[in-house]
Amino acid sequence: MVVTRHNPVHALLYLVISLLSLSVIFFLLGAPFAALLEIIIYAGAIMVLFIFVIMLLNLGKETAKQEKEWLKPKVWAGPTILSAILLAELLFLITLPNNTTSSQQTVDAKAVAISLFGPYLIGVELAAMLLMAGVVGAAHIGQHKKTVLHRFLKEEEPS
Amino acid sequence: MNPSVSIEMILLLAGLLFVLGIVGVIIRKNIIFMLLSIEIMLNAAGLAFVAAGSHWGQPDGQIMFIFILAMAAAEVSIGLALILQTYHQHKSLDIDTLKEMKG
Repeated sequence: MVVTRHNPVHALLYLVISLLSLSVIFFLLGAPFAALLEIIIYAGAIMVLFIFVIMLLNLGKETAKQEKEWLKPKVWAGPTILSAILLAELLFLITLPNNTTSSQQTVDAKAVAISLFGPYLIGVELAAMLLMAGVVGAAHIGQHKKTVLHRFLKEEEPS
Repeated sequence: MNPSVSIEMILLLAGLLFVLGIVGVIIRKNIIFMLLSIEIMLNAAGLAFVAAGSHWGQPDGQIMFIFILAMAAAEVSIGLALILQTYHQHKSLDIDTLKEMKG
């Protein structure tokens, strides 16, 4: 449903529904910490970012009309067939070995935290550096716009 | 916990989500929809990690999920900043207008 909507806001709403159902699946799998993170970060923070940008770009009915023109059956038939082949291969490979015993244990947040700050401390620091670089890069890219536009206007004025 | 959720079903769901994300990346021309589809694919990978981690009772799967989450957050912030930038320069979200960006 997310990939076939024409209006971006509708697609976002369907994506939020998908994220919530995925979080319920995480809870069923015995990973309540991951379920909480899924709701808080994905459905909270990232969706707010998307909604903010969509509102900032002022995408509305015109975009939906444009999308309808872009999304013709001639366009999506070929990739869908290729992806269906990929899906069939995945199904075959997953259902091939039938000797797995389903034994699910609940992995609570304490074990995750102990393992996270024990052997995975380097990974945590790398993730922190990645987030820091993301913040700095986003600020830089967002700030760079004004100077570029200004220079662009300055160049256009004499000509 | 409900033991009826088998790992094969979860892996099937993860594969289905991944294929849906790939379809979305391929067939859409709008950058925002492509980012949304990439989010779906990251979710599928995280679901597979968490399923495997809960299958063996190890916390490593959830740690990988946390790393995927952090990477998704950074990627979304950078990607949305780039989308704003390109929209202000081209007045369009069509990726075919970026063909002039040869490098």
